[in-house]
Amino acid sequence: MLTGSVLALAILGLAVGGLLIGDYPMAPWQAVASLFGGGGDPLAQYFVQEQRAPRVAAAVLVGAALGGSGAIFQSISANPLGSPDVIGFTTGAATGALLQIVVLDAGPGAIALGAVLGGFGTAFVVYLLAWRRGLAGFRLVLVGVGVAAVLQGVNALLIVRASLTAAQTAAQWLAGSFNATTWNETLVVLVAVAVLVPLALLLARPLGALVMGDELATGLGVRTERTRLLLVLVGVALVALAVAAAGPIAFVALAAPQLARRLTRTSGIGMGTAALMGGLLVLVSDIVAQRLFAPTQLPVGVVTGSLGGAYLIWLLAREWRRTPA
Amino acid sequence: MTEPDRPERAVRLAGRGLKAGYGDQAIIADLDIAIPTGALTVIVGPNACGKSTLLRALARMLPARAGAVELDGRPIGAYPPKEVARRLGLLPQSPIAPDGIVVEDLVARGRYPHQGVLRQWSERDEDAVRSAMARAGVAALADRMVSELSGGQRQRAWIAMALAQETPILLLDEPTTYLDIAHQVEVLELARGLRRDGTTVVVVLHELHLAFRYADHLIVMKDGAIVARGAVGDVVTAELVEEVYGLPCTLIADPVSGRPIVVPLGGGE
Repeated sequence: MLTGSVLALAILGLAVGGLLIGDYPMAPWQAVASLFGGGGDPLAQYFVQEQRAPRVAAAVLVGAALGGSGAIFQSISANPLGSPDVIGFTTGAATGALLQIVVLDAGPGAIALGAVLGGFGTAFVVYLLAWRRGLAGFRLVLVGVGVAAVLQGVNALLIVRASLTAAQTAAQWLAGSFNATTWNETLVVLVAVAVLVPLALLLARPLGALVMGDELATGLGVRTERTRLLLVLVGVALVALAVAAAGPIAFVALAAPQLARRLTRTSGIGMGTAALMGGLLVLVSDIVAQRLFAPTQLPVGVVTGSLGGAYLIWLLAREWRRTPA
Repeated sequence: MTEPDRPERAVRLAGRGLKAGYGDQAIIADLDIAIPTGALTVIVGPNACGKSTLLRALARMLPARAGAVELDGRPIGAYPPKEVARRLGLLPQSPIAPDGIVVEDLVARGRYPHQGVLRQWSERDEDAVRSAMARAGVAALADRMVSELSGGQRQRAWIAMALAQETPILLLDEPTTYLDIAHQVEVLELARGLRRDGTTVVVVLHELHLAFRYADHLIVMKDGAIVARGAVGDVVTAELVEEVYGLPCTLIADPVSGRPIVVPLGGGE
């Protein structure tokens, strides 16, 4: 509870910071006033309300979706590596979007739809391949990594075969970025998060029984297969909609639940803190992406990718050391 | 060695014409069983005789391929899952402790069937967890990580979780595996204590001397069928043990309880 409040406060503070970023300078109080239509400066109101606020909101919401999705899949697979960006769901969503960009030359709406379909399609394939009288975590990770590798190849092929402009759009999109975010994208994630995160929180309790093994969970009155399927659906929807809104932002789903767990020092699923941590991570990363080489704006995925890459190496090294030879 | 004063009580858990197994293979077939209410029932038999399969089928962890499991007179599948979980608890052989969990949190997860969307954690749950930990002897370990416990302590933590579920019927699948003799006795004393307080207990056991010593009602299985059932004194003979285990033996009386102890023949000095 305490950790959650601290994370929420940090997000609020940084969100105000995010509203200040841009060529049109203003004081923090002016930014907040402008957000709510005050401050008496129409130009400030325009920049805050139409450009900066949707970007900040999208960063927090996309991060929350990724964090929640990561918590679900890491718990189901009982493996910190079993997160959607490792087991191919993010890559699959990207494949769906790339098909729209490269082959069909589609607009933003169709790209988002492609991402959602790609995410669900991949999840379906991985689930089917990994399912054998129940879903074992290790098999899910291995099958997922394999499917992710194949899809990565498909993605590369799509870009190579694309026209120059399409390839440019695709590359931009693939990096994961909020540089072109408007309220349209933000609203989609807002609705997704508002519906799916409470559902995930509700499912966290049977998930807490599920992680102790199917037999024990059945004994406690959990409908194991149904609960797991529901969790997978919610988790895939979260990650697919996040990718649809901002592109495949790397490593947040992987790192957020683990960081949240280390902060709270509990053994629970930590769905809520994982979502908050995801929101915080993406918000911070996006601020860094905007300021690090200003005025050049990096895609946020470059920042999370570098941070997450370092984290992944640390995680692997630790797991490797813990495993007895 | 029966308990003559116990009044006959209605059977709450029974299987009729039960068939169950894994994959295409049926391990038990056409099996009838009635668990005596308020007694400590022990199921024994050689490896792969189907005793764990039977227990899993009774606890609806394996679907019955044929026949039915009845709980309080109705098919077990007719109840909502949580309702079953409030009447019947099962501790499987190898449950998985979540990463970094402490004993108290583990035991608290046994309260799952008593909670719902609208019914969150309550004083009642708190009491159940505290009393379960006290009975299983892990109250002093409440804040310890499960992964740091010894085998015996860990097993008692799991039993505490099953106790927190507060079911009138409790099934334990080989709860003494990996435990030394002192801890085995401890677990069975706990089971006997539960029975004394009115819980119907069913335990699958490997160790015959402990099975004979603690069972009110003994069920002996071989090749997926029940070959003998009843009070230990009425059922256990050297012939039965030889028939079931293929082990020529003689029986002597346990000097403390008077119950039989198996002494293998041959292979002496």
